[in-house]
Order: sequence, then structure tokens, then C-alpha cells
Amino acid sequence: MDFTHDDEQLALRDAVRALLRSRYGDFEERRRAVRTELGHDESLWRQLAEMGVLGLPFAEEDGGMDAGPVEVGLVAQEFGRVLAPEPFLASVVLAGGTVAAVGSAEQRTEILTALAAGERRVALAHAEPGNRWSNIATDVTATDDDGHWTLSGVKEPVLAGDAEQLLISARLPDGGTGLFLVDGDATTRTTTTAYDGTRVTRVECDATAGTPLGEPGADVTREIATALDRARIAACHEALGGMEVALETTTAYLRSRKQFGVTLNHFQALTFRAADMYVALELTRSIVAWATMVAATGDADETRRAVARAALQVSRAGRHIGQEAIQLHGGIAMTAEYLVGNVTAHLTALDHLFGDGQHHLSELMTELEKHEALDPLTAPSGPDQEER
Amino acid sequence: MRLTLSAQDLAFRHEMAELFTTVVPHEIRDTVLDGGEVTAEMIRTSQRALDAAGLAVPHWPVEWGGRDWTQLQRHLWHEEMQRAGVPTPLPFNTSMIGPVLAQFASQEMKERFLPATANLDIWWSQGFSEPDAGSDLASLRTTAVRDGDDWVVNGQKTWTTLGQYGDWIFTLVRTDPEAKKQRGISMLLIDMSSPGLEVRPIELIDGGHEVNEVWFTDVRVPAENLVGEVNQGWTMAKFLLGNERVGVAPVAQVKRTLARAKRLAGAELDNPLTRARIATLENELLALELTALRVVAHSEEGEPHPASSVLKLRGTELQQQVSELVVDLAGPASLTPASAGVSDLPLWARRSAPVYLNYRKASIYGGSNEIQRQIIARTILGL
Ligand SMILES: Cc1cc2nc3c(=O)[nH]c(=O)nc-3n(C[C@H](O)[C@H](O)[C@H](O)COP(=O)(O)OP(=O)(O)OC[C@H]3O[C@@H](n4cnc5c(N)ncnc54)[C@H](O)[C@@H]3O)c2cc1C
Repeated sequence: MDFTHDDEQLALRDAVRALLRSRYGDFEERRRAVRTELGHDESLWRQLAEMGVLGLPFAEEDGGMDAGPVEVGLVAQEFGRVLAPEPFLASVVLAGGTVAAVGSAEQRTEILTALAAGERRVALAHAEPGNRWSNIATDVTATDDDGHWTLSGVKEPVLAGDAEQLLISARLPDGGTGLFLVDGDATTRTTTTAYDGTRVTRVECDATAGTPLGEPGADVTREIATALDRARIAACHEALGGMEVALETTTAYLRSRKQFGVTLNHFQALTFRAADMYVALELTRSIVAWATMVAATGDADETRRAVARAALQVSRAGRHIGQEAIQLHGGIAMTAEYLVGNVTAHLTALDHLFGDGQHHLSELMTELEKHEALDPLTAPSGPDQEER
Repeated sequence: MRLTLSAQDLAFRHEMAELFTTVVPHEIRDTVLDGGEVTAEMIRTSQRALDAAGLAVPHWPVEWGGRDWTQLQRHLWHEEMQRAGVPTPLPFNTSMIGPVLAQFASQEMKERFLPATANLDIWWSQGFSEPDAGSDLASLRTTAVRDGDDWVVNGQKTWTTLGQYGDWIFTLVRTDPEAKKQRGISMLLIDMSSPGLEVRPIELIDGGHEVNEVWFTDVRVPAENLVGEVNQGWTMAKFLLGNERVGVAPVAQVKRTLARAKRLAGAELDNPLTRARIATLENELLALELTALRVVAHSEEGEPHPASSVLKLRGTELQQQVSELVVDLAGPASLTPASAGVSDLPLWARRSAPVYLNYRKASIYGGSNEIQRQIIARTILGL
């Protein structure tokens, strides 16, 4: 077991960190970008493409970098540190990951090459008003008319659903869930900005034409679940980045803010609370790293369990750290201008994207009898080499 | 000891329930009960209706509209008011400056301000905090210098809640720069339309505008607007903050929100974790409500009951936990904002996350929860 990163991975992290910091190091810049029509910075998206970040998890023949969850996690963590609004998680990890898992060779090359090059954004439209973090689709239905497929129903909230191309999940005529490629403009869409700056869309299909992704009519519930797990890990890393910054900002503030004639770090009631934030952060770092390594083995079932464990810890720690960061700052952290309250907002949003702590705990509660004691070292015996 | 209400108190409770639902327009009460946005106009309409019915300021002295009720009756009044969805009378008026004026102001000042304060003809703002004077309020630096018949005020207040609607602001200002911290402070009432006074909005993390900065540049304030004696401001501030602590314990409101959450939970109510969480919160609220009933914190000779800190501390924690529960019940639907033009997701769910973020304020203002713990440790436990 080895929790360290190699030189190449660190170089990737440093490069992404430098680029994101130069763009959003001043938090005011991030606020401005979120308020633009697009909700993020097109030129930064291009730069990320040039750096290879937008194709990171895809195969080389699909225009990608052939990297695994570890590298994706490092990048996501940097996004979390500056609250970068570019849809790396939604478009690359989630939508791209789904295409990579389900698409035909031809579809993969066509879509992922464009995505990796920063020429096309893709979104997975899976969540439905009547569904709560489900792997299947029920509200949107697919109809097959002699190989001509149409979709009807509403998807909401869709992350970064103002993308050019949509990947819509739908209930198949014979049951099961299929995925369909749909031209974004062929649907009726409304996109708004969530409280943390995330773009969310309501997508309505009304007998809208769609092309099956992968095998027509095949149930891809399992593949969707696996793609969601990959996105969950990336979201865990993004949250980890946010927690790091929340703690750093808080300790810096405790050292500089004066009340009662002294800086706040003179009050042990406060410094101990910061110490508890640190404890939560380190525990989270460990379990997220572990789950990422499990995911890198490519074992979907073990990944599902490990992700649930990491996501539970991230949810709990994210709330603890986010809430304490605001509290230890006092009023200043309630303002939109100041970074730290926005970090808490983003942690809250990340927590509710793909299942919150209680959701994962409910899963884990059903598995108690499956093991005597947990042993992280005997987890899956997958291939040593990282797999996509 | 007795568990139940006396026949008299039962009748009182009934009367309150009846009055609140007839006196205050139901459109306003429905908005509150649905967790909707309560506008300044609604607060004004509601408080005027309450005042006309003698229900706005029952805890004030009788000659200024008070009702001379028992503590239990006041509790029932508050409880029934919340149950009926009546917006709480503006606390800056009824819980903060009103009682201060009734206790410390000259007869002339009382006559000038108290009726208008009860009826919300004057919308008061609280001008205490400054950028460098938060928990350490006594380090405030806004100055008032005597010039003829006026005080000339310079400086900056911040976090002024609803200051955008304010007609008047009650401020703490430094009137003796030489005296030790607490001793050189006075309370000054300032007309917010005075030349040199500027209100600037602050946006909060929920995207809302409820607090402001208030800047004073050579603002001239007639000397008669000083409350009580010069340099006695700290005594009044302590009196007011003690009342504020009691005033911000939101037991009844949190109870309503939790009951509503249970209704809105839908299929999530089948999840044993959700059930355990709600049952735990209900129990903790019960313990808090009973504590409120038991010690009902009150100001006697200017000193609030020390246990009022328990109410503020625990009340705000539970308020925050219930708002967190509501976001979790909303789940993914919490991501779509209330402002979305078209949405299939319920409005309560789309409002839930900003409300949760907004309530992080509750453990910061009104004397932060750290300051409450300090009061408990020092005043009650003698540590
Ligand atoms: C939404 C909102 C509305 C408000 N409305 C008003 C208003 O209308 N009028 C008004 O005058 N003020 C208002 N306030 C101001 C409020 O009273 C202050 O925010 C509060 O007094 C805390 O001050 P601060 O924010 O400067 O934090 P600080 O005092 O800087 O505190 C920072 C942190 O340190 C802790 N701390 C400070 N001193 C100690 C200590 N000795 N021991 C242990 N911990 C300590 C605090 O608890 C907090 O966690 C409002 C604040 C908010 C957030």
C-alpha cells in the first residue's frame, strides 16, 4: 500500500493548480465568471483542453490521456480549492465517463475526441423530478418506432445541462434503462445557477429524436451506476479541496482577526475547534485516497462499496468543516464576497449531487452481515495497473 | 407542580388562537406557513393589525401597550402566534429598543417613540456592530462629538439587518474617547434620512440582501435623541442584549418547521435513519421548550435570567439542524433554485439550501454561541 503520488501525478496537479490559481486565485474573478451568460470561462476550458485535462480519463484512441481515478481526483481537488465553475465533473467525468463505458467504438471516438479537445460539452441528463439518486430512469420514456427512437419526459436537475450534446437516460419499452444521444437544442431547456454557482438545467423531451448510445435497447443500469460511482469519487476529491481551503482560510483568520485586544487564536475554545476540523480532514483524506485506489482496480462492486464509505465520510466531514469554518469566522463568512461561505455552499451542493451521507449509510447498513470486520488491505485483487 | 394548563390559561390559549387567525390576513399567514418570503410590507401590515388588537407588545409596561400577562401567558401568546403563521413583530422594535426606551428614556422620549414603535410606524434598525467590534462590542469606534445642540456622528456600523427599510437606527457611539472602553459609550437614536448617513447593501451567501453597512459622515443628531444619560450606553446595551438572547430563541418556529418537514418528507419518511433523525430532533426540541417554560428567562431589574443563554445556544443549534434536515429531504431537488422560471421540483425543496446556509447566521448573531458558552461558564458556573 502506498498513499503517495508519483512525479508525473504531482506535475499534473501542479500544472492544474497553477492554471486555476492564475484564473481564480482572486475569488472576485470566480464570482464574475459564475455571473456570465455561460457561467464559466470559455478560454480557461480551452486551456484545460490543451493541457489534456478534458480528456484525462479517456483512452488514447479516443483523444484521451488514458489516466485513472487517481489523476482525475487530483484535478478535481484543484477545482474544489478555487471553486472553479468549469464543468469538469459534470461534462468530463460524468458524461464523458458514461460515453466511455457505454458508447460504441465509433461513438466513443466521435464524442470523446470533441469533448477532450474542448470543442463540445456533453451532459448526462439522468436525474428526474420523481427520482432520488436512483440508477434507473422512470419519468423519461423511450419509444422505438422501427429503429427510430424518441424520448418524452422531464429531466431535472441536470448538471451543466446547457451543453451542446445531451446523454439522456430513459425507460426502455421492455423495461430497463437505456441512454440516448440528443442534440441539446432539440429539447426544451431552462438553465439556472444554483446557490453555489453550479449550473442546473431542466430538460424536457416531447417525442424528441434520440440515438441509442451503445447497443440499441440494451439495459445499461449497471454502467450508469459505475459511471456515477466514478463521478462520486471525483466529487469526493473536489469536496476535499474545498475542505482544505476552508481549514486554511480559518486558521489564517484566527491568526489575524482581533477581538478583545488579542487575535482569536488566543482563545483555546476556537483553536481546539480548528484542531477538530483538521482531524476530520485527515480522516477524510485517507478514506478518499483508499476508495480511489479501489476504483483504480476496476472492480465495480468493490468500488461501489468503497465509494459509499468515502462519500459517507466526506458528507459528514464536509458539513462539520463547512459549518465550523463559517462559525469560527463570524459574520464575515456569511457574505457572498468572502470565499469561505461559498466553499461551504459548494460542499453542500456536492453532498447532494449524487447521494448524501445518509443515502450511502442506508446502503452500508444493508451490508453489515457481509463482513466480519472491515480490512482495507484485502479489498479487491484487481490488476495492479490502473484501469479506466 | 402541575402538568396541565388551568382552565383560565386554556381559555387564554383558545382566545389567542382565535385572535391571531382573525386579526392577521390569511394571505400573510399562509406565506409564513409555506416557508415563503415574508416581505417588509407583510411584516408592517401584520404588526399594525396586532397592535390594534393589543397583541404586538404584551411584554411592555402596561401604560405603553403591555398586557401584564404571566410568563406562561406570554409563552402561549408566542406559541399561538407562531402556530397561526403570524410574522414575529419586528424584534428591533418590540424586543430591543422598545423595552430599552420604556426602562431608560425620558417621559418625553417615550411619548415620542413608543406608540410609533409598537405600531411599526417607525421601522428600527440596530446599529451596534462595527467591522472591528463584533463579539467585542465595547471596542466600537463610531464617535459622537457634541457641537452646540447637536451630536456630530462619524464612523461605520455593519451587519445592519433590514437597514434598507429602516426609518430610525438606535446606535451605540463613543461619546468619551478618554474613558475606559465600556464607560465612554452612549445610545443615540438617529433618523436614517439624516444627511451624511448612507446605507450600503451586503450580499449574503444565500444570495439575499438582508444586512447592510451604515456609514456616518458628519451626521448631525439633535442632543435630545440621546437615550438616558451620556456615557450610560453600555448599561442599556447589556439590558438589550439580554433581551435579544431570549428573543432569538426560536423554539416555536423550529417546531413548526420540523412538523412541516415531516409532512413534506414523502417516501423518505420510510427510511429508518430519517425517522430516527426526526424523532431525535423532536425530543431535543421538547427538552428545550420545557426548559423555556421552566426557567422562562426574563429581565428583572435589567438583568436577564442567566439560563437564557441555554435557550439561545440550543435554540439556534436546533434551528440549524432542522434546516439541514430539510435540505437532505429535498435531496437533489435542492440544487435547482427557487428563481428557476420553469421547474417540476417543489418550491420548498428549491428554497431549502439557501435557507440552511442563511441560518448559519443564527449561531453568530445575538451574541455568538461561543459568547453564550462563556456566559454560562462565567456567570452560572463561576468558572
Ligand atoms: C446575518 C447577521 C445579521 C446581523 N444583524 C445585526 C444587526 O442588525 N445589528 C448589529 O448591530 N449587529 C448585527 N449582526 C452582528 C453580530 O452581532 C456579530 O456578527 C456578532 O457579534 C459576532 O461578531 P463578528 O461577526 O465580528 O465575529 P467575531 O467577534 O470576530 O468572532 C469570530 C469568531 O470568534 C468567536 N469569538 C470571539 N470572541 C471570542 C472569545 N472571547 N472566546 C471565544 N470565542 C470568541 C466568535 O464566537 C466567532 O466564532 C449580525 C450578524 C449577522 C451574521
